Amino acid sequence: MERPGVRGGLLLLALLGTGLCNTRRPGDVLDSEIAGVSVPLEHSFEFDDSVHYKKRGTLLWRPGRENALTLTQMQLTEDERVKLRDMAGTDGLYRIRIPRKLGSESSTLDYVSSFVRVCSLVESHLSDVITVNTDVSGNIIGVSIVTVPGSCNGAEVEDVDLEVFNTTVHLMQPVLASAPETAAFIERLEHEQAQKAKNPQEQKSFIAKYWMYIVPIVIFLMMSGAQDPNGGSSGGGSGGGGR
Amino acid sequence: MSGRAGILEVLMPVRSGILEDRAVMVVLCGVWFLFALFEFSAAIYEDQVGKFDWRRQYVGKPRFAYFDTPTQSSKKLVVVTENNVIASLNLRTGEIFWRQVDKEGPEGNVDLLLFYGQDAVTVSGGGRMLRSWDSNIGGLNWEFLLEVGSFQTGSLIGSAEGVRFIAIVKKTSISLHYLSNGHQKWIEALPESDTVHYELLYSGGGGTVYVVGMVAGSRLVIIQYDINDGKIIQQRTVSTPWIQHLRNLCGIVGAGDLICIDSESHSLWILPLESEQESVQVALQSLELELAEEFEGRILTIQSSPLVASSTQFFLQLSDTHYALLHLRDGVVSLLRDFAQAVLASFATTGDKMVAAVMTSRNKTAFSINLYSAEYGRRLLDTAMNFNLDPNCGQPEQLYIQAFLKKDDSVGYRALVQTFDHALIFIQQPGRIIWTREEALAEVVTMEMVDLPLTGTQAELEGEFGKKADGPMGMFMKRLSSQLILLQAWSYQLIKMFYDARKPRNHSKNEITIENLARDEFNLQKMMVMVTASGKLFGIDSSSGTILWKQYFENVKPGSSFKLAVQRTTAHFPHPPQCTLIIKDKETGLSSLHVFNPIFGKRSQINPPALTRPILQSLLLPIVDQDYAKVLLLIDDEHKVTVFPSSRNILQQLQNSAPVIFFYLVDPVWGKLNGYSLHKDLGTQEIWEVVIPTDTQKIVIVKGKRSNEHVHSQGRVMGDRSVLYKYLNPNLLAVVTESTDTHHERTFICVYLIDGVTGRIIHESVQRKARGPVNVVHSENWVVYKYWNTKSRRNEMTVLELYEGTEQYNSTAFSSLDRPLSPIIFQQSYIFPSAISLVESTITEKGITSRHLLIALHSGGVLSLPKAFLDPRRPEVPSEQSREENLIPYAPELPIRSEWYINYNQSVSRVRGIYTAPSGLESTCLVVVYGLDIFQTRVYPSKQFDVLKDDYDYVLISSVLLGLVFTTMITKRLAQVKLLNRAWR
Repeated sequence: MERPGVRGGLLLLALLGTGLCNTRRPGDVLDSEIAGVSVPLEHSFEFDDSVHYKKRGTLLWRPGRENALTLTQMQLTEDERVKLRDMAGTDGLYRIRIPRKLGSESSTLDYVSSFVRVCSLVESHLSDVITVNTDVSGNIIGVSIVTVPGSCNGAEVEDVDLEVFNTTVHLMQPVLASAPETAAFIERLEHEQAQKAKNPQEQKSFIAKYWMYIVPIVIFLMMSGAQDPNGGSSGGGSGGGGR
Repeated sequence: MSGRAGILEVLMPVRSGILEDRAVMVVLCGVWFLFALFEFSAAIYEDQVGKFDWRRQYVGKPRFAYFDTPTQSSKKLVVVTENNVIASLNLRTGEIFWRQVDKEGPEGNVDLLLFYGQDAVTVSGGGRMLRSWDSNIGGLNWEFLLEVGSFQTGSLIGSAEGVRFIAIVKKTSISLHYLSNGHQKWIEALPESDTVHYELLYSGGGGTVYVVGMVAGSRLVIIQYDINDGKIIQQRTVSTPWIQHLRNLCGIVGAGDLICIDSESHSLWILPLESEQESVQVALQSLELELAEEFEGRILTIQSSPLVASSTQFFLQLSDTHYALLHLRDGVVSLLRDFAQAVLASFATTGDKMVAAVMTSRNKTAFSINLYSAEYGRRLLDTAMNFNLDPNCGQPEQLYIQAFLKKDDSVGYRALVQTFDHALIFIQQPGRIIWTREEALAEVVTMEMVDLPLTGTQAELEGEFGKKADGPMGMFMKRLSSQLILLQAWSYQLIKMFYDARKPRNHSKNEITIENLARDEFNLQKMMVMVTASGKLFGIDSSSGTILWKQYFENVKPGSSFKLAVQRTTAHFPHPPQCTLIIKDKETGLSSLHVFNPIFGKRSQINPPALTRPILQSLLLPIVDQDYAKVLLLIDDEHKVTVFPSSRNILQQLQNSAPVIFFYLVDPVWGKLNGYSLHKDLGTQEIWEVVIPTDTQKIVIVKGKRSNEHVHSQGRVMGDRSVLYKYLNPNLLAVVTESTDTHHERTFICVYLIDGVTGRIIHESVQRKARGPVNVVHSENWVVYKYWNTKSRRNEMTVLELYEGTEQYNSTAFSSLDRPLSPIIFQQSYIFPSAISLVESTITEKGITSRHLLIALHSGGVLSLPKAFLDPRRPEVPSEQSREENLIPYAPELPIRSEWYINYNQSVSRVRGIYTAPSGLESTCLVVVYGLDIFQTRVYPSKQFDVLKDDYDYVLISSVLLGLVFTTMITKRLAQVKLLNRAWR
């Protein structure tokens, strides 16, 4: 029981290719790279909100591909279609689950599960998006299902539209969070300084360039201000307001 | 986070406002940016200090307390507290003279306080630090790093030359230090220290020091050391099969007689330390005393100075309320006085007089203290002190007596009473309470701010409109009666004003009445309901910091966790506001509910449901009963739901809205997050499960958004005039995990954004070479988290912002069940150049004002950092469009400007929480920072755009107006005259 689980985890690691794990054995990876690892996808939809999972399809991991995750699934049976359609009128839930540890199909191991409303699944004509989430070391931590569109408007759906799932599967793994970009900032600063050094004319500040115009104006203002102390203080008061 | 935990999670399908026209939005955003332009200043002027803010400083629950000198004029008290604080209190006012805050946790724990002259000597950090403090100013005289080893006991050592040394006994060694500089005179290993526990130290002023150790149930070891060179003068072993431990059960009385109580045989053992005599057994029965069942007994001794021998009198505690004053002379024990009904007993010395103080209780609140001469056991005349304690206080726990000689050579005293609710009460003869310190407030666990009620007249008017109409005549009568009441209130106010004007102004302001507990026009004054770790609740006026009510729950065990829910606010007159406190016991996991009125602190008449199973999660739903109390759902460990209040109306409403009520549970032990939905029959069903493997990472924080948060703007206007819509999911949870591997190269933290209704992981990111403690702020469409970068050894902050894009999926409502597209996520990181203890964000009434982050620093400052600095769209290279948007060019380091400190020089120690609350003014956010201290202020993140400034020049503006009016009048007249003249021509 334990062994395949471990192998599956290792495979996923290799597949994520981020080099997080320093204990992986290369042999294992090569073996499974060819075959890939399959994970059963199960679903459940019952009238009384009870939970009876049945197999819906198989998720297949193949390393080194662009779409590392593919889903092969069966058509819905006539009974299931009728049930889905009838349930659309209720508040019923359509649940899915996948095992948390890979490579162990018929086990009672832990699962991660999610749900979507049956009505939105029916009204979207069985077009859903399934996302499998993994953590940094490649363990499955969650699964989610959304339908496109996700709304429930009570629209009538033809039987033909409920035959095959139109499913997109995604694998979501943690993205690397950003770090403070010190190097780029310093580079930019240096670049600016270098530019300033090139033309020293621009380096001079506004006051340095136009002091001959500013000084007479300031002197003039001071002289006129000295004659009228009231005007000066009220000006200061309004300036102090800027807090 | 221990055990299962979780936070409220409700989905109501419609939540955010409706956006009708993009143009409107652009205009509003324009206004926003206008504010943003001027926002980067928050400092106050010098004359505004203390106008809107206040700070209260606390020390915590005392462990040791010493009065400095035994004179009547002495006014200092030195305390060492459980919160690792050494402080000196002013005996006249109860204020703090000085305070030294040591490290938190066992590292700063003070094990011993000794007092000699003006110096207070402490041993702290599990016996690592020996420090001497100047008790006048709180300065450190010297400190000395002791050898490693667990601390046992310590004492001042007197010799012929005076008190010059301190002896420290550790598990394996004894050392002697100079009192003048802390240097070690000698250190000796204690013999057989692996089996013998040395717990007692005694020096009677001679040149020797005794160390007493014991082996439980076997023997006593007495060693006599020479204080000059540390040589063992004498070592004895006495067989004592009855001994269990020394502390409290044994004491040294007189000139070196060890006296112990043996609860097995109900007798006292007397054992001289110095001579080789055998131990003597004295049966308690022979003294006509009896030890209570299941009570070990306790011996209280006193040594007035290290220069002289212990006194020959001692207290023997026989039960919780039974003390006996005994006397040992020439190996004979005699009973001086029996105190059959005493609450507490204590010794005090003044000059050469020694007194025993005994506190007795008449009922639960009335107590009296009497002094007895220790020598004869006689009651001293005129020493009775009768006082009443607040009925909402705890019972007395400790008694400290400050005795002094009066001018006529009689003994006077003051008493410091410490109660179980961590209050310190200082009482003077004949029972006047001089001051009270509520030290429970040093450990605030959680708090809420509640609006104050309307004034009586306002409420009367409200009530008139609130009642149902019954015909025009009835309404007319009602109007008349309310007008009459208004008139009555007005005339009453006039009379009161008249009386007040005649009376000299005294502190009539502090009275708690309905009248002065009224809401001000901008709702800036609120009631702060603070829950403390000791189980005491406080109602504090937010504008002044006055404690208006307090309530102590006696049966709250230490370590309990609390959650406070405001079920009904003050807005529903005549129904009183209602708060519910959920107290969860740490050991049993069982919870209890306390329903009370947050304005007056009175317990409500409503009986809360009894909870028989541990509660995992509580939800406050926006469903209200006829009396406007929000319903509280409590989910127990069998996932059964308890509804409070559970009227039929509520149950009916719950059934109707059950399909949209979801909640989640977090189990950090197994790394599980589970979502549940509520059934019509109030059953629950698991609907999703996310498992984060605990072998690599552990969940440290789960943080949702605040339920009272409003987001005004649905999007941001970009430089090219298009709108970037925010992803505003009210059910989003930010889950932070830390790696179990703490090696600095491999440690990481992960941030998951999970929808609390569907369990969908919206985003997951990993921050490598990062370590906690992590702080998360989750608000609007952004998450800010702070962590420690182990590689660069600095604090960093990362911001994540979520946007839907330039198109909105459904602009009228948000539902987690119908939002299939993943949001766009922007992120950016910054260096924060200081140590952070906590981060929180401001909140305002309508969410128009820009947000600031309130960052509590280790240095005691609280910084108000504009959120604009933590904007992931800050450009590397500023462009025309980014300038249009007012984006600040990216700089890796966040600035700290001194004007951003909202608490100027009012440092706040050991911040444990920052509470923010909106006020009635959109510009103003109320902030309470609590930890060891409590600091309350207001912040204006976008400046006070809706209020005129304090220094607004009314004279100027009105004179200009008047002048203009006059000019128009004059010119009009002039024009008329001119016209008339022209007509004549």
